[in-house]
Amino acid sequence: MDIQEIHSLLLETFGASAVGETPVDATDPWIQVSPDSIVEVGTFLRDDERLRFDHLNDLCGCDYLEPNEKKAAKFGHDPHVEVVYQLSSIELKHRLKLKVILPRWKNDEEGQLPEIPSVSGVWGIADWHEREAYDLVGIHFQDHPNLRRILCPEDWEAHALRKDYDFPLEYHGVRGR
Amino acid sequence: MSMQIEDPRIVEFDVQTDEMLVNMGPQHPSTHGVLRLLLRTDGEIVHECTPHIGYLHRCAEKIGENLATPQWIPYTDRMDYLAAMNMNLGFALTVEKMIGMEVNEKAKHLRVFISELGRIASHLVGMGAYGLDLGTFSPFLYAFREREIILDFFEEVCGARLTCSYLTIGGATHDLPEEIEIPDGLSALLLMDKGQRAPFFDVVEMFLSWLEDRIKEYHTLLTRNAIFIKRTAGIGVLSREMAISYGCTGPVLRGSGVDYDLRRDGEAVYTRMYEGYDFEIPVAEFAEAPREVVLGDNWCRFYTRMMEVVQAIRLVRQSVPKYLAAEGSHREAFKFNTKLPKDEVYLETEAPRGQMGFYVVGNGAAEPLRVRAKSSCFCNLSITDKLCEGVPLADVPSVVGSLDIVMGEIDR
Repeated sequence: MDIQEIHSLLLETFGASAVGETPVDATDPWIQVSPDSIVEVGTFLRDDERLRFDHLNDLCGCDYLEPNEKKAAKFGHDPHVEVVYQLSSIELKHRLKLKVILPRWKNDEEGQLPEIPSVSGVWGIADWHEREAYDLVGIHFQDHPNLRRILCPEDWEAHALRKDYDFPLEYHGVRGR
Repeated sequence: MSMQIEDPRIVEFDVQTDEMLVNMGPQHPSTHGVLRLLLRTDGEIVHECTPHIGYLHRCAEKIGENLATPQWIPYTDRMDYLAAMNMNLGFALTVEKMIGMEVNEKAKHLRVFISELGRIASHLVGMGAYGLDLGTFSPFLYAFREREIILDFFEEVCGARLTCSYLTIGGATHDLPEEIEIPDGLSALLLMDKGQRAPFFDVVEMFLSWLEDRIKEYHTLLTRNAIFIKRTAGIGVLSREMAISYGCTGPVLRGSGVDYDLRRDGEAVYTRMYEGYDFEIPVAEFAEAPREVVLGDNWCRFYTRMMEVVQAIRLVRQSVPKYLAAEGSHREAFKFNTKLPKDEVYLETEAPRGQMGFYVVGNGAAEPLRVRAKSSCFCNLSITDKLCEGVPLADVPSVVGSLDIVMGEIDR
């Protein structure tokens, strides 16, 4: 199935409140999904006979922000955080990319991580990928079985792949720069 | 008067031992790098196994946000340092897909040639180190003897042995040499005088025909070795469903009986490279397997790798005449300051350890807004805790070794 067919199938099943637009001119088109319905959409994509997206290739977060004020005008994106899901079907050999757009901070309070339901119940590997996205990009996955940092030490502060991340000057007596 | 026990096995089960937490690693030879496994054991049996990773974390993705894409190629070397060529290829193809560049025929066949040699070199370590995990030292030495010669080829081609940075955006940094000195390791094996020179592809063919015969020896040393079978067959069984759900790829996925290889099933950008090549994709279960073997166990994963080496030899051989017949340059110009379009692409390629994915988001500058490396070993390792539940302590290295992980790629 191509992305337009999948998009209309999802729109038909979940309605326009859950499934957003799909761009026409991107090399890898994607379907935008609302944060609240990602688990239902994911389960549907995995189980439906026509789709069978049983393989979650990648899940990653991406921070859109230009911290330099002079460059911010040309940046071209509103500040936000994205969670990107790359799916494929082993059986039907097609691919799909989903995107969920989140605010950079929950309720615009700095330090409050944005929240999204975890899909670790749908694809097993999401468990580790979500831990990594939490660790590096700072996204809180609700109902995750074990949301701990995975690559950085547990007492590490802040999230390194945020664009406004400050490199620490020292960590347990080790000089940072 | 001694007590009579009807069934001697009852005694074993009656023994109560305290639970113990055992730290295996991060500096443990059989964890293949700095991996720490926290094991909760009751006597010999592992009840829980928690992998702790991140000891080699450099946040290469953050570094990549401050570098132009060709400058990040050396960082991909240092992810899977046992198959640097394949990592270079994955990232180069991703950027090429983004800017809509297609390399010419010559570069394509050169890439097949180099990346399949890289696959052989990587699987040789996988095989040798796995033998080492299970307590046999000689396959490791044989594997490194062979791998050494491939690294000598890489050195002749690009000057580096491990971190090659050879395949780059637009093709490869240099063309293949016409004539080389026969590597000392190879001339010693073939009982030739040292320091002779010969055409490059002749030397490669000399090596491949030597290697082909050695594979039978590896099968005698390991694959059909009774001790090896005892240590691998029926242990660490990974079901087909679980392999798919946990995102396992490469030999781990195919060892569980899933017929999926990106060289055939991947995106056109990648499969175009392999057009016109004739190769098979080894998938478990194998008719020639010993009868103790269960689909998806350690032995199947190991054997899948061994069979892939045979196929990689075929591919290297096919690529040579194609490369020689192709015209044009090995490289198309790609400037360091080439601005990336406002677009985002994701591409996975079949690296020796599984599907290595790169995700690049461009935003009108030469430096990408985000680069992401999706590691195949990261996904393959995530099932260790499931596979190690309830196995004896001595089988933990057997399970972890069969996944053939490289920590540099997991921690990035």
